[in-house]
Amino acid sequence: MAQDDHSGTELAAADSSLAAQEFAGSTGTAVIPHDAFENPGFEPHRPRVTDEDAGREKRAQRTVYTLFYLSILGSVWAIAAYMLFPIESNDVGAVRLNNMFIGLGVTLALLGIGFGAVHWGKTLMTSAESIDVRHPIGGSEATQQGAVEVFRQADEESGFSRRTVIRNSLIGALLVFPLPAVVLFRGLAPQDQIPVELLSHTMWAKGTRLALDPSGVPIRAADVTIGSAFHVIPEGLVDLEHGRLEEKAKAAVLLMRLDPSELNEAPDRESWSYDGIVAYSKICTHVGCPVALYEQHTHHLLCPCHQSQFDVANHCEVIFGPAKRPLPQLPIAVDDEGYLIAQSDFTEPVGPSFWERH
Amino acid sequence: MSTATTRSTTPAKRSFTAGASEYINDRTGLAVAIKGLGRKAFPDHWSFLLGEVALFSFIVVLVSGTFLTFFFQASMAEVHYEGSYVPLKGVEMSVAMASTLDISFDIRGGLFVRQMHHWAALLFVAAIGLHMLRVFFTGAFRKPREINWVFGFTLFILAMAEGFTGYSLPDDLLSGNGLRIIDGMVKGIPLIGTWTSFLIFGGEFPGTDIVGRLYTLHILLLPALVVALIAVHVGYVFIHKHTQFAGPGREPTNSVGPPILPIYAAKAGGFLFLIWGVIALIAALFTINPIWNYGPYDPSPVSAGTQPDWYIGFADGALRLIPPGWEFVWLDRTWSFNILVPLIAIGIFIVLVLIYPFIEAWIKGDKREHHIADRPRNAPTRTAIGAAGVTFYAGLWAAASSDILATHFSLTMEGVIHALQATVIVGPFIAYFITKRVCLALQKKDREIVLHGYESGRIVKLPGGEFIEVHQPLDEYERWRLVSYESYQPLMIRPNARGKITVGQRVRAGFSRWFFEDRIAPVSKGELESGHDGHH
Repeated sequence: MAQDDHSGTELAAADSSLAAQEFAGSTGTAVIPHDAFENPGFEPHRPRVTDEDAGREKRAQRTVYTLFYLSILGSVWAIAAYMLFPIESNDVGAVRLNNMFIGLGVTLALLGIGFGAVHWGKTLMTSAESIDVRHPIGGSEATQQGAVEVFRQADEESGFSRRTVIRNSLIGALLVFPLPAVVLFRGLAPQDQIPVELLSHTMWAKGTRLALDPSGVPIRAADVTIGSAFHVIPEGLVDLEHGRLEEKAKAAVLLMRLDPSELNEAPDRESWSYDGIVAYSKICTHVGCPVALYEQHTHHLLCPCHQSQFDVANHCEVIFGPAKRPLPQLPIAVDDEGYLIAQSDFTEPVGPSFWERH
Repeated sequence: MSTATTRSTTPAKRSFTAGASEYINDRTGLAVAIKGLGRKAFPDHWSFLLGEVALFSFIVVLVSGTFLTFFFQASMAEVHYEGSYVPLKGVEMSVAMASTLDISFDIRGGLFVRQMHHWAALLFVAAIGLHMLRVFFTGAFRKPREINWVFGFTLFILAMAEGFTGYSLPDDLLSGNGLRIIDGMVKGIPLIGTWTSFLIFGGEFPGTDIVGRLYTLHILLLPALVVALIAVHVGYVFIHKHTQFAGPGREPTNSVGPPILPIYAAKAGGFLFLIWGVIALIAALFTINPIWNYGPYDPSPVSAGTQPDWYIGFADGALRLIPPGWEFVWLDRTWSFNILVPLIAIGIFIVLVLIYPFIEAWIKGDKREHHIADRPRNAPTRTAIGAAGVTFYAGLWAAASSDILATHFSLTMEGVIHALQATVIVGPFIAYFITKRVCLALQKKDREIVLHGYESGRIVKLPGGEFIEVHQPLDEYERWRLVSYESYQPLMIRPNARGKITVGQRVRAGFSRWFFEDRIAPVSKGELESGHDGHH
């Protein structure tokens, strides 16, 4: 071991002049000091306790094989646990036990091998260090010249830079040939739909009843007490065969009843509410999360994703957070039977902004 | 490898191992590789383990993920859940969600593998991040390793993409909301946003295609890229040989450490099992992503305090920090700067990290190969820039938990956001200046120790009554660790061959001044000698 260290010193010393030539290159703005210290060479090797004390060595050996045997035990236990802790139907506790005991078995199996191998390496394997000589990554001058020569010869034999018409037409062909593959990806979205139109309309229409989410039961105006809030979907949504989630992602509405004196309604929107009952889109105008948190005494709505806050008393204008636009309002009224209905669809697209929106 | 001689002299006594090795070698020529690599020195330092943690946890991700593919069904067809988990019985959900529940509740050990997969993925991204910080702060990205830095950083991005696509597969409430946010962000991109979202989701959000598409990305395209890039990345570690810290006997022209066979193999191989074991332990004891608590995706409900997986936090946080009103209609089109600004800011940050090695190389103009890792203090400006970057990232990351911070510490939502806005904008500058001063101070302390030795703690009373503390001089090995580092000075602007000073030169000189104006040179031999004369 000590010999290795010694030879390393010689190696390093012998190399430095050679390396200086090999690794030549501009030093840039580096400061090359003239009376810098010289590398003192390797420190003398320090033996470990297991090198000197036979008892300690034996103990280390015992530790290592014990760990490996423990690993076998862990593997066996994991297999046994698979059988001993079955998942009984309808019992979440059984899942937990199955997970834990298989997992602990596997853990023991893995950690046993891991600790054993590392301990073996650290205490019992010869602790000498190797020394490698580095060579410049670019290779020798001759190799570099050889590579240049290969390219030069290939160029000459093919006429790649001489026959410019051939070369340029090839480059053109290579640039164009992937384009059909790009066009094929148009098929990712349906051909017969225009996104802007879809985004501009929802399921709400004149006379659609407001229904409870998720049951779909219509809501009577009389059942909406002051201070309450309802999660609302259009009646008929739950019966949709196709596109239920797509429609819901646009049509989800929050219904709240405030004391009419607390509502500051714009003159052109006074007819959109009914006796203090207002309905607003539940889809955040920022990036589309459901604005699900209603604080009753401040009349504020909070989006749990990015904390945009909307003031229900003032047409859901943004009072904090990254959203810009107020939540769109759904004009509502009451039908002959006392149920809440929509006067029309939303008058603007709901949900996150998009480029063509204006 | 003298197989030829062995063969001719003692043909009868060959062991089975020798015979098998010869059989394989005669058909593969592996002996060349083993002879070349088997005793290669692998420099040792605890921080070199971080990359290994990433590699080993990726293997867990790969193996556990393969197991999961045998049970998971990436379909968004609606079914009524009929598995073992009672609270969700009869609930309508996608096949993807139902099969994930089956993995968790109806397949023995399925939950264990699922949790291993998720925990290992979290560890994978974390380990890459820490490994990159190690490489950055020790300057291990310098020539010849600049391109490998780019490969490694690309892996970091790919790992996050893997994470996000995987997170979205179970089609539960959380993952659906995550996709909703992606949809909203994509729609905010000018010109192409609306159509891009339409193409991604196969029509309107959420559609019935996205889980299948993400699945193809998650188990085919992205893993293929990750595996290929890891092969290249690790291959270059062999070609370049590992960096090493300065130390006695360690030169820029050598590589010193335990040989690959047996010590490095034993320690790294053992470490592989330790990483696997720790992941298994966590998966055995701690629940991750309990989708059965969230339920299937529905665009209407959401729970408060939802959090993305940790590595997406910085992007989510960036969205939260935008002040109100950063969106307007201009030229009859909507410009969503509340989405564009985070995207652009993160984009610039990513590009700067990606090209940093080339910037530093250009400023220094140093064309030599560098194989000795810097101690962070010996590159004060770089270390300070790194600290600024970490602060920026950490500010964004913390913002992803702004609501949790507010509720846990009884703060106002607005107060938390404003504080984090300040952290992201001012914090990096503060971190920069503090770090730079600390580095310079540590360098001064190193000089002090080299010149005057350690404070031994031994107080001696001189005959005249004066008390002094005895300073213990360093031995030459300890001294070498403190004095062997590269030091750079600011670039002097000189006219080029045509007698002109180019703009590029001036810019480079400006950067160079910024980097190297405050410079503490290593102690030289002369200084040590005169220093001794001057003091004691």
